[in-house]
Amino acid sequence: MNSSNYIKIEFPSKSCNEAFARAAAAAFATQLDPSMEELGDIKTAVSEAVTNCIVHAYPQTIGKVSMRLRVIDSCILEISVRDWGCGIENVGQAMEPLYTTGGDDRSGMGFTIMDSFMDSLRVRSASGKGTTVTMRRCISPRTGRR
Amino acid sequence: MNINAAYSAGRLTVYLVGELDHHQSRTAIRSIEELLDEYMPRDCVLELSQLNFMDSSGIALIVKTGRLMKEQGGRVWIENPATQPRRVIDASGIDRLIPVAINK
Repeated sequence: MNSSNYIKIEFPSKSCNEAFARAAAAAFATQLDPSMEELGDIKTAVSEAVTNCIVHAYPQTIGKVSMRLRVIDSCILEISVRDWGCGIENVGQAMEPLYTTGGDDRSGMGFTIMDSFMDSLRVRSASGKGTTVTMRRCISPRTGRR
Repeated sequence: MNINAAYSAGRLTVYLVGELDHHQSRTAIRSIEELLDEYMPRDCVLELSQLNFMDSSGIALIVKTGRLMKEQGGRVWIENPATQPRRVIDASGIDRLIPVAINK
């Protein structure tokens, strides 16, 4: 598997960084020449993953969030969002649609949206140690490109 | 993001403009609560044609508006969602609870 290009960005879990994270991901993704719809899907998935870190991983504190993006085989975008926060006790339950511990400001649809907008979604978490969400999206070549 | 509102004959139209994420959502929900308290509308329309981006925080806002309107005995629906919000609405299945109208 050839990993041709990557970036790694680290930022504090402040909600003002949600917009920055998805804009940075979109800017990196443009090298794959995605459609507007694909770009929207990538921004949405990143927004969900980063929001989870801010709301759930570090509920009372500000902690470190790391976002890594890489291109695999010239057409797959892999996005990893990692935190060193409280972790998820039951990943299966957290991924169920409408399940949330965030009160009525949250919809409980974050993982559902990541799952439906990306081709693959993997969540690794350890209680008290943190969570890593890794998502992949294949960017299809468009007709007339290059 | 910006929230603009227009009221006419029992109908409050709330225009959401810009990007709606978790960072913006608490302020946005509070603004909508204040508008509903002020106008006590029969119908509330969430107009999303100028909403460039929305994540699941937007779904929470729509659900909350729906619940507040139900408590008042009123109706709520979504109008003219832009492409990206439309995909989030579709993925969430919220359109089974709150109708989506296209009036363009």
